[in-house]
Amino acid sequence: MALLEIRSLGKSFRGLRAVSNASLEVPEGGLVALIGPNGAGKTTIFNMAAGAYAPDEGSIVFAGSRIDGLRPDQICAAGIGRTFQIVKPFAGLTVLDNVIVGALRREPSVPRARDRALAILGKLDLAAKKELLASSLTLPDRKRLEVARALATGPRLLLLDEVMAGLRPTECDQMVGVFRELNRDGLTILLIEHVMRAVMALAQQVVVLHHGEIIARGAPAEVVRDAAVLECYLGEDASV
Amino acid sequence: MSGNRRAEVLLALLGVALLALPLVAGSYLLSVATLILFFAFTGQAWNVMMGFAGQLSLGHSLYVGLGAYAAAGLFFHFGIGPWAGIWLAVALSVAAGAVIGFLAFRFGISGVYFALLTIAFAEFTRIGFDHIGWLGGPGGLFIKVGQRQAADLLNLRGPPVMFYYVMLALAAGAFALCAWLLRSRAGYYWQAIREDEEAAQSLGINTFRWKMLAVVISAAMTAFSGVFFAFYYNNLFPETIFHISRSIEIILGPIIGGVGTLFGPILGAAMLTILADGITELLAAVGLEFPGVKQVFYGVVLLLVVMFLPHGIWPALARKLGIKRNG
Repeated sequence: MALLEIRSLGKSFRGLRAVSNASLEVPEGGLVALIGPNGAGKTTIFNMAAGAYAPDEGSIVFAGSRIDGLRPDQICAAGIGRTFQIVKPFAGLTVLDNVIVGALRREPSVPRARDRALAILGKLDLAAKKELLASSLTLPDRKRLEVARALATGPRLLLLDEVMAGLRPTECDQMVGVFRELNRDGLTILLIEHVMRAVMALAQQVVVLHHGEIIARGAPAEVVRDAAVLECYLGEDASV
Repeated sequence: MSGNRRAEVLLALLGVALLALPLVAGSYLLSVATLILFFAFTGQAWNVMMGFAGQLSLGHSLYVGLGAYAAAGLFFHFGIGPWAGIWLAVALSVAAGAVIGFLAFRFGISGVYFALLTIAFAEFTRIGFDHIGWLGGPGGLFIKVGQRQAADLLNLRGPPVMFYYVMLALAAGAFALCAWLLRSRAGYYWQAIREDEEAAQSLGINTFRWKMLAVVISAAMTAFSGVFFAFYYNNLFPETIFHISRSIEIILGPIIGGVGTLFGPILGAAMLTILADGITELLAAVGLEFPGVKQVFYGVVLLLVVMFLPHGIWPALARKLGIKRNG
């Protein structure tokens, strides 16, 4: 059974249909990419899965129970971690303290949360910067911090919202490596991504969203050859 | 010497100096020191809400007033001492804080609007107390001044030095409590909420519950200020104790010293009280008396700090001394 099942999801904002009748599944241990042009509704789907807003129609089932309409903190407790497209570090706290906040979700005490946070910072190459204020980090490091903080909550499913955007190709490849390893260790990942380099390297399945509707799904190599996809989205990038 | 070690040494020196102060200080100096400790304590309490959890209260006079009237009323009418009265004082302040917090956080009132709500509650409580005849109304409530020589700690009647040590114990207790809170789960969660509430929520933090906790702890601590105030000054008027100028006076110390830090409220209270009293004394000495000179002075200091040290004096000083943040 799929770990995350999104069924016929719909959401409108003041008459503007952002998402309509969208269904997708993320299998346990899978790595699925959600792609589509700007404004296609990707982040809206994400925000509903993460509890930022409740869907108008449809349901979201995670690990066998309905989670649509729950608060973000309840969804985190259920086992879903997320990053934000526009990064939201706790700017006035150190890198380590940022991650400790996340780690406290799973650990009963601050010292144990600190150990957990340190281990995760090591995994994301942030250990050397642990005492710096988050506000002093560069964008790539902020993106890494965003991932580290979400990981620290011990999720079964990680929602990544454009974590590659703004990274240089080598940094992007490094991130790809990190997610591959996490996925190999059993973490299920759903990512929104514009950087096709990362999508092609990472995803087992790609779902394409356009004007709030899903127009294609399949293995990355198939999807990029799909005529509808080429037309709406990859037109100018068809050579990827 | 590491940053934390330096902070500990500084704290120990400060503690010894404060304990020994009454041995050398005259009655005027002791009253100034008591006032400093009073504002350090109250500032520390306010700091839990604003400095730690990022919720701006401009109505902390509400909790001072409720605490003061609760304990003073019980003592005046029934002879119940302040250590028993403190329970009612804390209960009332906590209840008021919980109502404000619930209304604001449940209905998503934040930032400036939250601050306005806190002012509104303090203001209509002030007006309300003008109409409670049982507590003296606008004419005020007066507690009988007891024997000034013998210290009756149980009823908080005694010489100034007793009040000084009571306030010192309260300020030290508040410092220890805040230091502990800041290093606990609550401290991490509050700071996360202060920095970015949406991100905090996505990390599993029930922001409503933790913000409520900050308000309730802050209100409970501030109730102690009120009880102390009532028994130290022996008179209470709704017009002064609930007034917004008192709320402002409470928050100036931590803002000037450093919002969100542990030493900030102490440093700010000391600087403001000493300088404001010094200026008033100085002007009086040369034969000048301007009513309101203290308020003008507060304004100037606040302006300078906001312009040149927007994070307050303590963070800049701590860097110079090599002490870690929050130390």
